[in-house]
Amino acid sequence: MKPAPFDYAAPRTLDEAIDLLGRHGEDARPLAGGQSLMPMLALRLSRPSLLVDLNRVESLSGIRIDDDELRIGAMTRQAEALESAEIRRHVPLLAQALAEVGHPPTRARGTIGGSLAHADPAAELPAVIVALGAKLVIRGATGERVLRAEEFFRGMFETDVKAGELLVEIRIPIQAQGSAFLEIALRKGDFAIVSVAASIALGPDQRCVAATLVLGGVGPMPVRCADSERRLIGHTPDAAAISAAAEAIPIDRVELGSRSASRGYRRRVAPVLVKRALAAAAGAAGAAP
Amino acid sequence: MKLFSVTLVVNGRAVTLRVEARQSLADALRGELGLTGTHLGCEHGVCGACTVLLDGEPVRGCLLLAVQTEGTEVTTIEGISPPAGLNELQESFRRHHALQCGYCTPGMVLSLHALLARDPTADEEAIREAISGNLCRCTGYLPILQAALHVAQSNRLKRADTSSTQSSA
Ligand SMILES: Cc1cc2nc3c(=O)[nH]c(=O)nc-3n(C[C@@H](O)[C@H](O)[C@H](O)COP(=O)(O)OP(=O)(O)OC[C@H]3O[C@@H](n4cnc5c(N)ncnc54)[C@H](O)[C@@H]3O)c2cc1C
Ligand code: FES
Ligand code: FES
Repeated sequence: MKPAPFDYAAPRTLDEAIDLLGRHGEDARPLAGGQSLMPMLALRLSRPSLLVDLNRVESLSGIRIDDDELRIGAMTRQAEALESAEIRRHVPLLAQALAEVGHPPTRARGTIGGSLAHADPAAELPAVIVALGAKLVIRGATGERVLRAEEFFRGMFETDVKAGELLVEIRIPIQAQGSAFLEIALRKGDFAIVSVAASIALGPDQRCVAATLVLGGVGPMPVRCADSERRLIGHTPDAAAISAAAEAIPIDRVELGSRSASRGYRRRVAPVLVKRALAAAAGAAGAAP
Repeated sequence: MKLFSVTLVVNGRAVTLRVEARQSLADALRGELGLTGTHLGCEHGVCGACTVLLDGEPVRGCLLLAVQTEGTEVTTIEGISPPAGLNELQESFRRHHALQCGYCTPGMVLSLHALLARDPTADEEAIREAISGNLCRCTGYLPILQAALHVAQSNRLKRADTSSTQSSA
């Protein structure tokens, strides 16, 4: 359980970090909170020859509001984000999900960007970031590019970030809506077996003007339930509308199964969790009970 | 073999370590400094036995490289134990049978020590959350919960005491 030898660099600026990563290509890995990378090194699932530690690059962390966007630096700790009053107020869905990500000691080190870049299918944040319609800023030697969350995830443990590039910032549009995050996990703080991120915005007539529904933990990447969303829009989010939305989730995209939770089990609980999440989101949006 | 020089404060004392990049903080504490109170269970982040305080916050010692700790303050179980005997939380562990083999104990005690430093009268929910990342194979957790609740309760009484002395004065 000891990592293979590697070299180590702790640059202080983003330019230095990108320069180092660019020069070493596939042989180098950026080190964020280390809560996933260090276990992979210890198990020798990953054997980079150089670790580029991002922990001393101050410009990569922080939470700020710019226009109508909340911007989170990739190296912002999960614990800091969970405690942030701005996140609670403007993107409560993210705060709700962060409470389910690991435990206090893993959140003290683990970062928002690290969780997204790692793209674990059972992680909470990828589904949330898709549901929030976030944009991800990626930087490399040739400059910056901005991707929509749905373009960022490419597969299981796979994102659009190339060797030599870094995820540097997450931009989340601030919208007035009710939201809910629910998951089933073996124990509090474990990875999700099934997770649901839902949000609903109501018009003055109590009908949905916007709805978002994303499943996590069920496939290689977050699953957006567009048909369910469409079924809600224009309707009051009552029990009937919510049931119709839950029936419309793309059940064949619930693909994953494991020793502790078969695919069949996940297919049965997903609609149940969807109903609960939509009802909670509708309540948070101010729907009459 | 390339060695890195790292200067940090461990249990209030400045130390300089010479370590390989791949050496974890937990290994360096045990191997270089002889602080074997920090236990290693899984060595890949799952069990919490290796918990130490990094600038006051509980972290996993096996998931942090020693080279990353330059300029930080690290506290191990040795650092919160009095020279002789036990501190209040440790004594409460003893009285509540909150340990059997003792393998998880340093990590449990440090996680709870950090919680009680921040929130001396922490409630049950906060205590459960604080040790949610620490596995214990022996006790079934309830005695550990009881031990911590006892300290929180006694802090509550102390607080009530001070405020009543203040108001009568
Ligand atoms: C006991 C335990 C329980 C956990 N439970 C959960 C859970 O319930 N849910 C959950 O989602 N996670 C969980 N995790 C993992 C979570 O804690 C990690 O924080 C997260 O997966 C990775 O974030 P990190 O900052 O630690 O990244 P690291 O481990 O440092 O890096 C992860 C990967 O992403 C790459 N990377 C990191 N940052 C960037 C960047 N800015 N740009 C490009 N690439 C980058 C690294 O090179 C590496 O390949 C758990 C971990 C442990 C140890
Ligand atoms: S030894 Fe570090 S978490 Fe198990
Ligand atoms: S006392 Fe044996 S593992 Fe906790």
